[in-house]
Amino acid sequence: MNLMEHMGIEPGRLQFSWISSAESTKFVETVKSVTQAVKAIGPNTTYKKNPVKVA
Amino acid sequence: MSLYIDKIKETAERLLKDGSVDMVIGFRKGSVPMMNEPCFIQKPQEVHQLVWDSNCGINLANYLTDRKEKIAVVAKGCDSRNIVNHIVENKIKREKLVIIGVPCTGMIDKRKIAGMFDKPIDAVTEDGDIILVTSAGKETRLNKTDVLQENCALCIHRNPVIYDELVGDLIEEQTGIDRYAEVRRVEAMSPQEKWQYFEDLLSPCIRCYACRNACPLCYCPTCFVDESRPQWVGKSQDPIDTRTFHFLRAYHCAGRCTDCGACERACPVGIKVRQFTSKLNRDCLEMFGWEAGLTLDQRPPLDTYKPNDPNDFIK
Ligand code: SF4
Ligand code: SF4
Repeated sequence: MNLMEHMGIEPGRLQFSWISSAESTKFVETVKSVTQAVKAIGPNTTYKKNPVKVA
Repeated sequence: MSLYIDKIKETAERLLKDGSVDMVIGFRKGSVPMMNEPCFIQKPQEVHQLVWDSNCGINLANYLTDRKEKIAVVAKGCDSRNIVNHIVENKIKREKLVIIGVPCTGMIDKRKIAGMFDKPIDAVTEDGDIILVTSAGKETRLNKTDVLQENCALCIHRNPVIYDELVGDLIEEQTGIDRYAEVRRVEAMSPQEKWQYFEDLLSPCIRCYACRNACPLCYCPTCFVDESRPQWVGKSQDPIDTRTFHFLRAYHCAGRCTDCGACERACPVGIKVRQFTSKLNRDCLEMFGWEAGLTLDQRPPLDTYKPNDPNDFIK
C-alpha cells in the first residue's frame, strides 16, 4: 500500500481489512466506511485504463 | 582496483586446476567501452579473459540460479548480498559455491559519462580514482567519485558480506550517507504530482524487460508479465500496463532488493527503475529494521510473522 500511495494513488482509495466470515457486522461497517471514504475522494481518474479506441 | 585482477586470475586458475570448481563466473571485456560482460570460465587456460575494473556493474548472482555444478563466483558487495538471498531462497547451495569476494569502490555510470561528451566514446581506462575517457581522439580525466552509478555513491555495503577468498583488503565502508533523499523527495509531493512524476519517469519504457532480466531476484520460470492464461497484466505499452508491470516487479523485490543497480544499468532508455525499489527498501528498513542479503541466519521479514509486525494499514 505504501508503494501504491508513493506512486500517486490517493490515500484512502486503497484499503485493507481483515474480516472473519463470522463478523458480518464488521463487514457491513467496513463496506460502508470504505464506500464513504472513496466517494469523498471522488472518481478514480488516474489508475484507469482507457478503453481501446477502434476506428 | 584493477590490482585485484591478478588475484582474481590466480584464484580462478588455482580453483579450476585443483578441481575445487567446475566453472568460474567473472567479467571479461565487452565489445564497447564501459560494458564488461559476464563470462563463464571452465578451463584454467582461459582465465586470462577475466578483467576487473569500474565497469563490472552487472550482478553475477543472476547466473547462479539453480546451477548444479561447483562454481566460483566473483562477488562485490551487492553480488554477495544477492548470493545470500539466493542461498536463503534455496536457489543455490552454499556448499556448491566458492565466493571470490571483491571489496568494491563503486561502478561508473556509463550513461552519465556518455552524456558528458558530444562524440562517441572510444575508450575508457582508469588509474585509481581517475577515469580516463577518450572521445574524438582527446583524452579527458574524470574523478571516479563524480561519475559513480547512483546506487554505488549511496552504497554502505561495499565489502562482500560472505566470501571464501578475498582479492584485496577489506575497505572502509562509507558512512553518513543519506540513502533515501530521492524517496523523501517523491514522498513530499501531492498524489497528483506523484502520479505525474512516475508517468513521466516511465513514459520512455519500451517494455523490453531488460531490468527484470538483469535482476538476480527475478528467477521465476515464467514471469507474471509473460503469462497469458491467465493474463495478469496487459502486454501493450499503454501507460497503465507499463506502470502495473513496474510496481509489481518492485513488489516482487520487496525485502529482497540489495540496490545493486543492475536493473537501472540494463535499461536501454535510462529509466531510474530504482525509484520503485528504493521506496520499498526504505520502508523495509524502517518497519522491520531489515536490509536484504546481509545474513544467512535470519528469514526475510516478508516470509516470517512476528506479533509486533507493523500492521496498522489493516483496518
Ligand atoms: S531490483 Fe534492481 S537494484 Fe534491486 S536487486 Fe534487482 S537488479 Fe538489483
Ligand atoms: S529495462 Fe527500461 S525500457 Fe526495458 S522494461 Fe525495464 S524500464 Fe522499461
